[in-house]
Amino acid sequence: MSTSTTTAPDAPPAPAAGSPLRWALADTATLTGRQLAHLRARPGELAGALGFPILLLLMFAFLLGGMMQAPGGDYRQALAPGLFTMTMLFGLSATMVGVLTDAQRGITDRFRSLPMSAGAVLAGRAVSDMVVSTFALAVLLGAALLIGWRPTAGPGSALAAVGLLLLLRFALLWVGIWLGLVVRGPGALTAVQTFEFPFAFLSGVFVAPATMPAGLGLLAEWNPLSSTAAAARELFGNPGWEGGSWVAQHALVMAVLWPVVIVAVFAPLAVRRYRRMSR
Amino acid sequence: MPPPAVHAHALRKHYPGSTGPALGGFDLTVPPGTVHGLLGPNGAGKTTAVRILATLLRADSGHAEIDGIDVAARPGDVRRRIGLVGQNAAVDEVLDGQRNLVMFARLLHLSPPDARRRAAQLLERFDLTEAADRPVAGYSGGMRRRLDIAVAMILAPAVLFLDEPTTGLDPRGRAEVWSAVRALVAAGTTVLLTTQYLDEADQLAARISVLAAPRGGGGRVVAEGTPDELRARIGGDRIEVVVRRPDDLPAAAAAVSRVAGSDAEVDTDLRRVSAPVADRMAALGATLSALAEADVAAEDLAVRRPTLDEVFLHLTDRVEVDA
Repeated sequence: MSTSTTTAPDAPPAPAAGSPLRWALADTATLTGRQLAHLRARPGELAGALGFPILLLLMFAFLLGGMMQAPGGDYRQALAPGLFTMTMLFGLSATMVGVLTDAQRGITDRFRSLPMSAGAVLAGRAVSDMVVSTFALAVLLGAALLIGWRPTAGPGSALAAVGLLLLLRFALLWVGIWLGLVVRGPGALTAVQTFEFPFAFLSGVFVAPATMPAGLGLLAEWNPLSSTAAAARELFGNPGWEGGSWVAQHALVMAVLWPVVIVAVFAPLAVRRYRRMSR
Repeated sequence: MPPPAVHAHALRKHYPGSTGPALGGFDLTVPPGTVHGLLGPNGAGKTTAVRILATLLRADSGHAEIDGIDVAARPGDVRRRIGLVGQNAAVDEVLDGQRNLVMFARLLHLSPPDARRRAAQLLERFDLTEAADRPVAGYSGGMRRRLDIAVAMILAPAVLFLDEPTTGLDPRGRAEVWSAVRALVAAGTTVLLTTQYLDEADQLAARISVLAAPRGGGGRVVAEGTPDELRARIGGDRIEVVVRRPDDLPAAAAAVSRVAGSDAEVDTDLRRVSAPVADRMAALGATLSALAEADVAAEDLAVRRPTLDEVFLHLTDRVEVDA
């Protein structure tokens, strides 16, 4: 046993010394551990969150896929990278739920009343949500492989695709944190969750934007999800939709640029909002 | 002399977008080792005051110190000296009690072995050892609150803020929390307790500040003192006689008026006669014999002190009239 056992049995131990940076990292690790403990304690929630994209994969591959005019003839090859992208989008509301719940339960206030670094609260959320999403993506990749999806472009290229998908997730994470801090009540959450679906459909995730009416097709081409889905198809070596526009031609660039822009806008907004809780 | 555990002077707060200020000049001084009750109706600014003192909210103006340390200038140092129990039990529902304590102890920068040891101590102290490995979601309201207080006590803070700690609890949960708070106070913790329940302030607090928000103005302290002093402010004891037959009311009123030396109030519906008295024990004896002489059959006879409810309504009503 260590030294403090010699003091009175109920005496509180003293905080350990350490540099601010060291503690910021330790706090982030503690909060990440909290989220991972949630997953262990409630595996059903994770299963539910994973089950939904898998269900969509099966529905689109086997129920709707027969009707799809897919490049290369096999809709599943184009569908899988799209669904990976959509799963990253679903992470937005998952992040928002976590942030909102902590704020409503008073947990955020408790964190703020502790002598821990403010950045660690947001960083802990970011790291743990990224861990969860990476796991979710891995499971979904496995499911897609099981139904016959095949990446053909080699492991390095496939890893780059996974990296771009996670980059999109990282960008949407900040949107989720910001929304979770801004909105009040479960009504807004339902609205965001409802909005996620049409947002994904108004993109090249499931079908080619060229098949949509002109105005909508243009919107769909500029949807950040389209860029990531197209870039992932390219990097996985899967056939993609033909697109003549500039944004469709530069999917790889846009799949990096869009997330960077989103982070540049929403990360400062989220941090500012967090700081402004004391107003 | 040590600085006061809590000191606030002329705190003002106006939330952006709201019509009136939430706090309009709030003053408070709590000496170390005492329990101070902050009593007021909804909207009087209790929570706003606590959030400013706990560094969660910035005041628009005024000054506040915890243990002599300015909350606005050195929030980090203040946070090391306070424990906050907010209106929601701010513990992680999914984790068990032990993991909650260890997590918060780690966030308070205890080493892992210290964190585990402290968690075990606090589970024991708040009678949660048996529930230590159960998820908090399955705890009763009282258990959840006790865990919440245990988390706030990890570093043995100089000041513990309890913001409406029993709101929403059943009577049993309430009793559990009360006894936990009493134990803390016996061990010397300074507690600032907000409540809208007068009996709670009466039970736990050595001194009470009554907060009220007049229409259009922010919350401020309208009275401060021990529970007895506050009672004394709306007059002392009253003698009350309830008669068996309504016909006896005039005779009873005459008898009570003679004893009290002033006109008694008569409540026909309750068949009750009452009057303020100076010496409670003498008044009791004299009233008994006066009633016997007048041949009045009394159903109930009592000298009672005003309840804090009466004090509270009296004080907050007056503010409404003033405004």
